Amino acid sequence: MAWTFLTTRGLDGLAARWAPRLLAVSALLLVAGLYGGLVLAPTDEEQGEAYRIIYVHVPAAWLSLYGYVAMAAFGAVALIWRIRVAEVMMAAAAPVGAAFTALALATGSIWGKPMWGTWWVWDARLTSELILLFLYIGVMALRAAAEDPRAGARAAAILALAGVVNVPIVHFSVEWWNTLHQGPTVTRLAAPAIHPAMLAPLLVMAAAFMVYHAGAVLLRARCLLAREPAAALAEEAA
Amino acid sequence: MSAPVPHLPPAARRRAIGVLALLVGVALAVGLALLALRENINLFYSPSQVAAGEAPTGRVVRVGGLVEQGSVRRAAEGLDVEFVLTDGAERVTVRYRGILPDLFREGQGIVAQGRIGPDGVLVAEQVLAKHDENYMPPRVAEALREAHERGVRGAAAEGGR
Repeated sequence: MAWTFLTTRGLDGLAARWAPRLLAVSALLLVAGLYGGLVLAPTDEEQGEAYRIIYVHVPAAWLSLYGYVAMAAFGAVALIWRIRVAEVMMAAAAPVGAAFTALALATGSIWGKPMWGTWWVWDARLTSELILLFLYIGVMALRAAAEDPRAGARAAAILALAGVVNVPIVHFSVEWWNTLHQGPTVTRLAAPAIHPAMLAPLLVMAAAFMVYHAGAVLLRARCLLAREPAAALAEEAA
Repeated sequence: MSAPVPHLPPAARRRAIGVLALLVGVALAVGLALLALRENINLFYSPSQVAAGEAPTGRVVRVGGLVEQGSVRRAAEGLDVEFVLTDGAERVTVRYRGILPDLFREGQGIVAQGRIGPDGVLVAEQVLAKHDENYMPPRVAEALREAHERGVRGAAAEGGR
């Protein structure tokens, strides 16, 4: 009984109940995080007001990695257990993660121009994050390319899993090689190198993005289930 | 033999091993490729590498380091500027004409892109500023600086006694 979400009907019901709630919570967190980040947080010593783009850029970058791992985990479950719900969740996670990756790249570029003096540089961090975006797009394209959505999902899951190796590369690129991008401020073993008054809104924004991710993926899964009812009916009949 | 994962049917177990093999295989392949590319992934050469002759002359390269204190010389007219990049061990002189990024200042991390001439001077086409991972309000930074100066003065007084 507890495992009813493993059927397409169960997932549809779960998503119908939870997606709106999660999106509402994320909207509240977003308002709080933006107010904290753009109004309450103090100015930065070095970068002045311009550093405030951190409140979008950094949570988006975190979610781009988190979203990829989530997508690949659904892919692994889909490959091993051949569960359609996992295939749908993997497919639903791809565009949401890709959107966060694009957001991280765009805000990083906007931040880079005034601070570094360039929109783009081919350093290890920026390049590996761009590869992450291409992996997301590849997963979406591969699934869409196949006639049978289930066969497409299996091929896409293999690509998603192979691409997982890029996740630690993105994270550690700033430590393994010399890059224009600076090292980690928060996600490191030592204490965060950011003032607590600046850190708090950042964590609220990260929570907002994470809850949004869950809500958006569930909503997207409902769309996929509604769009491919034939396969779902075949499964229910089997 | 007792199954390590009790609820996995044989077919699913075979597929699980396949997934693991895929992960290990890709990680190995990418790891080896990155190992082979090691130095080439670095964005810039350090002044020590330039001094050791590792950076090719006559080709566009990037050199990264800190702007040495007191080394910035601006032309009386125009945008010409000359400064020294250092990594604590070696120094590279950089000549540049153009607008410097906002964060450019002495002691700041900089990446300069250009050609190293026969005289060992890097003629830069582009100067990028690196910023560090620290974020703090100005008052906190000021307090830290004051505390540091007090510490230095204290140590100097101690040493002078």
